[in-house]
Amino acid sequence: MQSAARRAEFLAGARDTFPLLVGAFPFGIIFGALGVTSGLTPWAAAAMSAFVFAGSAQFIAVGLVAAGTPTLIIVLTTFVVNTRHLLYGATIAPHLSKLPARWLLPLGFWLTDESFVVVAKGFESRTVPENKRWYLLGSEVAMYSNWQVVTWVGIIAGQAIPNPRSWGLDFALVVTFIGMLIPMIKGRPTLAAVLVAGAAALLGNRLPHQTGLLIAALLGIAAGVTVESAWPEKTSQQKGRE
Amino acid sequence: MNEFLLISGMAAATMATRIPLLVLLSRRKLPEGISRALKYVAPAVLAAIILPIVLLPDGKLNVQINNASLLASLVAVVVSWRTRNLLLTILLGMAALLVWRALLPF
Repeated sequence: MQSAARRAEFLAGARDTFPLLVGAFPFGIIFGALGVTSGLTPWAAAAMSAFVFAGSAQFIAVGLVAAGTPTLIIVLTTFVVNTRHLLYGATIAPHLSKLPARWLLPLGFWLTDESFVVVAKGFESRTVPENKRWYLLGSEVAMYSNWQVVTWVGIIAGQAIPNPRSWGLDFALVVTFIGMLIPMIKGRPTLAAVLVAGAAALLGNRLPHQTGLLIAALLGIAAGVTVESAWPEKTSQQKGRE
Repeated sequence: MNEFLLISGMAAATMATRIPLLVLLSRRKLPEGISRALKYVAPAVLAAIILPIVLLPDGKLNVQINNASLLASLVAVVVSWRTRNLLLTILLGMAALLVWRALLPF
């Protein structure tokens, strides 16, 4: 593939991720601010964004650090909170067939909620495997760079912000996710998946370490598949035959 | 607290969820049933993350007028549904939250 085409796909991935960078902005700043007020050194807060790179797990971790939780428990909690990424990896893998490890390892390390949602949509209109990997890389590099910068802004501003959680800026994550979710609801099966997962998450909210989230997601997926079998969504092919 | 251990442990735990299936499943074809089910991963996970934050602040159900997050979420849902514009949804959703908080006496 031509290097110009690669660059175009990389930039398209970054461009389609732009609104999510805006949404991650206040979230990252609060993480940096909370990190240093929870007892981490500024370097540790920055290293967490650089090497862990998992927003919601980082938030939970600094809360646990502030509460004096043992390291092993924080690590196990991180794993459980991130188990949803197993599903993302499984979903994206077929689009990255036969890539060497030097591609798969960084693409996996950088795979966040945001990039997953962007490429799940972006891959629909891309048929060439080469294009997909560069598109994903563009989205991931944009998310990663932005997260490093905003973490540092939060660390530096952290001392100046009294009680950063009370500002409501962490709510940016919720509106970002709403803006990603609503356009996905295109038919009954997706609507069923959303309603069942949402209801199950509310009921399972008391379960420890966000295990309720994973169970709710699995129930939502099951609901989507069940409804799809009962009322198949019309594909463009089927519409053409009618 | 040993920060080096904490961050290496968290990094390893996160990579253990992101990398293995990506590598394993990129080398074989998924059964048709599984790939059909994976279409619902993104909407199901997003719904499961959002709803408890909005409806259960502090772990208790709150569907009252003082729940600014709920009102702002409804604004975001309407904006997203009508415009499909993510950036606009984020900006108007956040604006609704800040305005509602400023207007409420609590």
